[in-house]
This record gives sequence, structure tokens and C-alpha cells, in this order.
Amino acid sequence: MVEPILEVTGLVKHYPLTQGILFKKQVGAVKAVDGVDFTLNRGETLGIVGESGCGKSTVAKMLVNLERPTEGSIKFKGEDISKMSGRALKTARRNIQMVFQDPYTSLNPRMTVGDIIGEPYEIHPEVAPKGDRRKRVQDLLDVVGLNPEYINRYPHQFSGGQRQRIGIARGLALRPEVIVADEPVSALDVSVQAQVINLLDRLQDEFDLSYVFIAHDLSIVRHISDRVGVMYLGRIVEIGKDEEIYDHPTHPYTQALLSAVPVPDPDAREHRERIILSGDVPSPTNVPSGCRFRTRCWKAQERCSLEVPLLAVPAEFRLASGPAAHDSACHFAEEKTVVPKDETPGDLGNGAE
Amino acid sequence: MLLEVRDLHVEFRTRDGVAKAVNGVNYSVDEGETLAVLGESGSGKSVTAQAVMGILDVPPGKITGGEILFRGKDLLKFKEEERRKVRGAEMAMIFQDALSSLNPVLSVGDQLGEMFVVHKGMSRKDARAKAVELMERVRIPAAKERVRDYPHQFSGGMRQRIMIAMALALEPALIIADEPTTALDVTVQAQVMDLLAELQRELNMGLILITHDLGVVADVADKIAVMYAGRIVESAPVHDIYKAPAHPYTRGLLDSIPRLDQKGQELYAIKGLPPNLMHIPPGCAFNPRCPMAQDVCRTDEPELYEVDQHRGSACHFWRECLNG
Repeated sequence: MVEPILEVTGLVKHYPLTQGILFKKQVGAVKAVDGVDFTLNRGETLGIVGESGCGKSTVAKMLVNLERPTEGSIKFKGEDISKMSGRALKTARRNIQMVFQDPYTSLNPRMTVGDIIGEPYEIHPEVAPKGDRRKRVQDLLDVVGLNPEYINRYPHQFSGGQRQRIGIARGLALRPEVIVADEPVSALDVSVQAQVINLLDRLQDEFDLSYVFIAHDLSIVRHISDRVGVMYLGRIVEIGKDEEIYDHPTHPYTQALLSAVPVPDPDAREHRERIILSGDVPSPTNVPSGCRFRTRCWKAQERCSLEVPLLAVPAEFRLASGPAAHDSACHFAEEKTVVPKDETPGDLGNGAE
Repeated sequence: MLLEVRDLHVEFRTRDGVAKAVNGVNYSVDEGETLAVLGESGSGKSVTAQAVMGILDVPPGKITGGEILFRGKDLLKFKEEERRKVRGAEMAMIFQDALSSLNPVLSVGDQLGEMFVVHKGMSRKDARAKAVELMERVRIPAAKERVRDYPHQFSGGMRQRIMIAMALALEPALIIADEPTTALDVTVQAQVMDLLAELQRELNMGLILITHDLGVVADVADKIAVMYAGRIVESAPVHDIYKAPAHPYTRGLLDSIPRLDQKGQELYAIKGLPPNLMHIPPGCAFNPRCPMAQDVCRTDEPELYEVDQHRGSACHFWRECLNG
């Protein structure tokens, strides 16, 4: 059954640029997030991908209320958390927790692991009575695969992967329903990355969690997500189920992004078509008119500079109910397979699949 | 052979003890060839490269053994002055983080031109003209106008191009690129890797690409050396290694990456952590994490066995591994 747990509509975050000292005059704005809509269903993982500066981390911060949106609403089980304050906000925050990117800077080096994981209980004492806390923290350590006896150690005594487990344990402490993970594995080595992804997978089943998983690595996002949204310059340009996005992308940016990902298969390099985009992402202070991707798009025509394409199922796919019929914000949406299908899975010689 | 590293040993003497970062590395690269050195953090891949370039911090670092033959001559026997002539002119390095590798208070034109002033004794004016030429070569738009700009005025991808331009300035025979695209977004990464590969072909340079990204390796490398705890555990032509790895560590790495073209089940994860370089386990360094480990692995250090003419694997059970 599909039950929405988070509903985001028209989310906007503009950071004003001011000039002058006494009379701060607004001369412009960094449009970090500029109209984002999505829904997260219970028990689901929504992946958000995009390049640096596309606004994905700003979205994450707004979801956990570390930033207030300029416009738009974030509804958790029907209630708008972006307008809450005081007691109501405190309760809402308990249910949406965050796991940060860098396990080296997101843990206080002067606190023991027990204090770090137990700190959420100081703010929400109703979750765990004082005498019970140590036991709970040890349980959490056990759940994320660390030795409960490590409770009195300090962060520097752990490796990167172990620290990320501590960060995850802290995120779980209050038994939230939603976890927002902002690049949780990008600072880790390949062999350790797989351990942490498997842990996140297991915890989702165990605690009935819903994830918003933000990353720039498209392979990892595919692995963990049920649905995927692709962001470009503050907006979602394409969103759909993972096979819709990866095997049947219709937005040119998604196609370029997918085609640029190096595939760990040397045989693929001969018969792979690469779409190499020219130039860099435009500055979010000066967003192009119409479609914001048009400055780098090989399909761009006059219409693209005049009319903002809406995020909806493109007209040409609306009647057919195939995998190409998903939301894509492009005037000239066209299906194109860019990721070569691996016909013989397990060709890596791993025999595991 | 353009470059041959033979049985290189490097250690770092620290207050807490001796960290053995490189323990007998052998690799070679020829003109026009791309060697990928693959490994996780702490595997010794960057330290080896620094020793080759002669930019290792000594102390605490110390090269305790081995040879680095460049066109047949052992660089380790060179005096610092001779070494400096080789560095930049004959071999050059591209670093991971362009922003911290470039000097923030000098314009990019000055930094590019410096190569010509120092090595070729050119005038500043001629050097500047050369700088513009180089910037055009790495396809930086409006090079003439931008030559006076400072590093912070360029985007990440453009800064990495400037690093490439700087490495190419004197048309060296060998380029060492240490994680050249790790800090970049995928679309920019593709641009930069393409440019690097193209320039390499054009100038017929040898390229050592240091990376942890198995995808990038598959895209550009001719052969691979996989490093673990300061040793090469497997070396092979690129096609062979992806088809059938001959070392359990390589196999584990390949199995643990999520694939873009497959929605996998649970990922294979190599258990445990890379070893502490101050206490490398006896026998095979990978044995505590290895699913195939036997008693012999805990006592005898495996040599790099010859799998075939072009392949080597430092595993007692490489045959079993190769056959799955």
C-alpha cells in the first residue's frame, strides 16, 4: 500500500545577496532550490542525484528543518513542518533524522561515542528515561555492527566506516520514521562503502524506515533507491522509478549524466556512446530563462529559452503506459537508452548473482 | 621501457613507530601506455608515485630499498639538482585537488609561465604567450583574457585543466595523475578524462593513473596494478582483470561496487578493515579479510606468482580464485 509520509510542494530556498553596510539592499539571490516537488512513501527510498551546486544538500537541510524554506511546504504525515515552531517542531524533528556526509567532522572529538549517540535523549528525554540510556546506546551500537563495549571510546579511535556507523546509530536513536542521508558513503573507501550500504538496507527493513538518499554517485543511488529524482540547478528535471530513470531516461540531462558514468567493464568502452556536455553548470545567481539546462543542451531550440518546461509526463508518452511515461521536464523529451544492458549478469566472474 | 620501479620500499618513521607504506613494489610503464594503480586509502599508491617524482617528504619518509629506473637510469642515485631537471621537464604530476595545488596569489598565467622561465630561461613575455597557448591546448575558453585570472576565478573542471596544462608544459615523457578527477562531478570528469587521454595519444606519453575508481580504470587503462598494504597484489592487462580476477582482494573490490546497469541484491562486502601499516599481519597482508584464507596464508607471504606472461597475482590460491 502506498502511503505518503513526506510531501514536498513548491519548495524554494533563495539566499539574498546584499550590497551596502547600513542599508542592506538586496541586489540578487542565490537560487539554491527553486521549486521542488516530490513525495516520499512509507518504507520507500527516494534517491536524489545531481552535480555539486544543484541544491540537493539544501533540500536535505530543509527536510530536517535546519534551513527554513523561502516558499513552499514540507508535509510530514499531512502537517507542514516548515511553518512549525516551539513544541510542535521539536516533536516533528524527532521523526526526521539526518545522517551526514563526513564522518570525520560530524562527530564531536571531545565526546565519547556513548555521549554522542545518547545526546538526542537529552533533548527528547521522553524517548528514554535516564537510567535506561546506557543500555539503549549499547543496543544501538550492536544494531549498527559495533562492539557495545566501545561505548567509552572517542571518535578518533575508529576508522571512517566505523565512524559512519556511529553517525547512523545517532540518527536511529530517537526511532525516527524518516532518515535523510546526505552523501553518507562518499567519504568512504570502496570496500567499506558496501558494508555501510548493506547496513542501511538492513536497518530499513528492521525499523520500517523511509529514506531520502542524496548522492552524486549514480550507481549507488540505483542500488539503494526505489525511486530517483534528478536535480539540476535547483529543480528536479526528471523523477520516476529506478528502472524508468536508468533504463528509459527521457530528459537530456539525465541521459548525459548516465552516459558519463564510467562503467567498470573495459569491454563497454568500445561500444558505448558518450554524451559529453560542454561547459559548466551556470551560476545559481543568474539562472537561464526558460529551461535552465538549455545552455548545455544539444537539443535546445528557441522554445526552450521562452517557456519553462513543467515536470510532468511528456505528451508523447502520456497515452502509452510504458516505462518512458514518467515525469520529465523537457519540451523535447525522447527516450534513449544510454546505459548498455549487461546481457550476462555475473560476467564479472563473481558467480554471486 | 620508459619507467621501471623495482622492489621499492618506503617507510615513515613516526613517534608511534615505523609505518611501512610501500613494501616491495614493482611496476613499469612504456611510452604511450596507461598504467592504472588501483588501491584504497593507505595502500601506498600515492607514496609510490611521490617516490618516483622525488617529492616524498624526507623525513619522516625514507626510501629503504629498490630502484626507480627512468629510461634505464636509477633516479634514486641522482643528486637533487639532477633530479630537479628531470622533474617537470621529463616527468610531471597532476594532483587531485587543483584548488590547493595552485598558488592562490599568483595568476594562472604566471604559474604556467614559470615552467618556461625556470626550465627554459625564457623571458616573462614569451612565457606568458606560451601560457596562453597551453590554456588553448587544454581548451579553456577565452584563454587570452583569462590568463591574468587567479585560480579561485575558475570552476573546478577548469582548474583541473590548468593543472593538466602545467604538467604538459614541457611535454614530458611521463605523467603521473593522482586521482585527477575524484573531486569533479561526473559530467566534468568525463570532459577531463577525455582531454587527458587525447593529449596522451597526441604526445605519446606514458601515463600512470592513480585511482580508487574501478569505472575510470576500465575506461582508460591498458594495464592495472592493484595495491594492498604497500604491495602489488595483482597486475594484469585491463580486460583480463575484469573478466576473471586472480586475487581475492581484486575480486572483492569488483563485487562490492554497485552497478549502474543492474539493480543488485545485497552487495558483497569485504569484511573488516585495511591493516594498520605499523602492524601489517604476518603472511599475506590480506589474510584476516580473505574468504579463502588457509593456514599457509597466515605464515608465508605469497610472492607475485606468474599467472601468465602478462599477469601476476600475489595469492597462494590464485588458481582457485581465477576459476571462481
